[in-house]
Amino acid sequence: MSELIATRDAFGQAIIEFAENNEKVVVLDADLAKATMSCKFKDAYPNRFFDMGIAECDLVGTAAGLATTGKIPFACTFAVFAAGRAFEQIRNSVAYPHLNVKICGSHGGISVGKDGATHQAVEDLAVMAAVPNMVVLNPGDAVEMRAAVKAMIDYDGPVYIRLGRNPVPVVFDPDTYCFQIGKGIKVRKGKDVTLVATGSLLDIANQAAEKLLAEGIQAEVINIATIKPLDKDLIVESAKKTQRVVVLEEGIIVGGLGSAVAHALSEQYPVPMRYIGMDDCFGQSGDPVALMEYYGMTAEETVRKVKELL
Amino acid sequence: MMRNIEYLEQQAKQIRRLIIRSIGKAGSGHPGGSLSCADLMAALYFDVMNIKPQEPLWEDRDRFVLSKGHACPALYAALAMKGYYPMEELDHLRELGSILQGHPYSGKTPGVDVSTGSLGQGLSVANGIALGARLDGKDYYVYCLMGDGETEEGQVWEAAMSTVHYRLDHVIAFVDYNHLQIDGTIEEIMGNVNVAGRFEAFGWNVLTIDGHNTEEILQAIDSAKESKGIPTMIVMNTVKGKGVSFMENQVGWHGSAPSADQVAQALKELGE
Repeated sequence: MSELIATRDAFGQAIIEFAENNEKVVVLDADLAKATMSCKFKDAYPNRFFDMGIAECDLVGTAAGLATTGKIPFACTFAVFAAGRAFEQIRNSVAYPHLNVKICGSHGGISVGKDGATHQAVEDLAVMAAVPNMVVLNPGDAVEMRAAVKAMIDYDGPVYIRLGRNPVPVVFDPDTYCFQIGKGIKVRKGKDVTLVATGSLLDIANQAAEKLLAEGIQAEVINIATIKPLDKDLIVESAKKTQRVVVLEEGIIVGGLGSAVAHALSEQYPVPMRYIGMDDCFGQSGDPVALMEYYGMTAEETVRKVKELL
Repeated sequence: MMRNIEYLEQQAKQIRRLIIRSIGKAGSGHPGGSLSCADLMAALYFDVMNIKPQEPLWEDRDRFVLSKGHACPALYAALAMKGYYPMEELDHLRELGSILQGHPYSGKTPGVDVSTGSLGQGLSVANGIALGARLDGKDYYVYCLMGDGETEEGQVWEAAMSTVHYRLDHVIAFVDYNHLQIDGTIEEIMGNVNVAGRFEAFGWNVLTIDGHNTEEILQAIDSAKESKGIPTMIVMNTVKGKGVSFMENQVGWHGSAPSADQVAQALKELGE
């Protein structure tokens, strides 16, 4: 079993690391620094950290102002409040003028667990991807998160990134992993079906691929950390080979990665598809593992959907 | 320092003429709230602000955030008169492909520091600019103009807390207190009374002036710069539609364009 690290912890660590030699990086939070892990930055660089209180709209607006002075602000709060409550501030004050603000939404997905639906962002990736000019990232493990933080600092423009609350397996090798905004990664080669996964569900996709292999079915697994712009070429190329695709995401299918992949394939190479994700519903309270099972985000359910396509 | 009040009053009158002309040409826009802030625009752009029109992104410049973005015809006029772009651009306000969008857009218009138009967002952005200036050790000022109806937006009060909490005394904010919003008076629509008292309660240094008196505007800004550690809110008592008799205090002129005849009459009243 590989090491377990929450991507929010990797985020907190990475931002300190890359801010050391980059004074432009500043961090803002809205009274959730101990949850988003921006508290680590607060301890390391107190002069470059601003707690805006429980006021997400002001959080985003202040970050926009800082960006106009050449700073690289990371505005952190829960994904629900960032992409939800402050949606229009992100749209009008950040994305429209293409300001260099990084919106960091922690506690993405239903694996937030017992806090329930109010705090489980299922639509954050979908609504952020709908905003013009926005780059939308959803790293799957600690290694990918660190690399994504570096990439978003280097990229000049608005970015939304989802952080996860719960520890997830480290799947990538820090020595060889290379992150590029807009590029997916083929993590496993196969010829019978393509599993396109993002974020926390990469691990589920890999588990499903193992189970399928035991039955002689070779699944290709593609990891998509950039929801927008989507690496259409990689997905289309794989679909041409396997002729069937299952998309896995910890969020709503409509407008999320599932829709994005379907959109790309429908234009370039339509194939039968299935989806693992939230089917137009909110989450609820519960143990994270139990919730993932309840909403069908498991290797077993993935295998079942693959077989529907064979 | 003696300031040329008469000159600034003439500039304000010119701004008003350009507001009427550009909105008339565009066939849509917001004349009432543009006219009510014309005197402030003249004072800021022709006296107060430290700016270089030939270098719109000069790092040390004073910034202006038109949080009540719908009043942009006043800002666009001032910027054109300062030479940020040719005066002819004002003839293309709101046209497809124009550098002058219906609401301010930093991506297209030289001299527009911040994109605004969705009410309630500008003060937060002004605070962020002031924080950035502080980090950079720069001492430029950030001026932010809000509408009075705009203070009905909750974000204004989130931001009002932040300005005070972070002691951003280089944010100098204004409320254009003309008492009218789209659906009626601010008092009858949302019991929006005592704007000055509300900001005082949030810890601001509040000054109340006649927003059409250039001397009072300049004195208030001078006084605001003396305030250390406490930001200043200048509540400007104004008349919506100021300077055009048939537009003054008429809520209907919030967001409708004058006809050709009305443009001619307004320009006549404004001394053209």
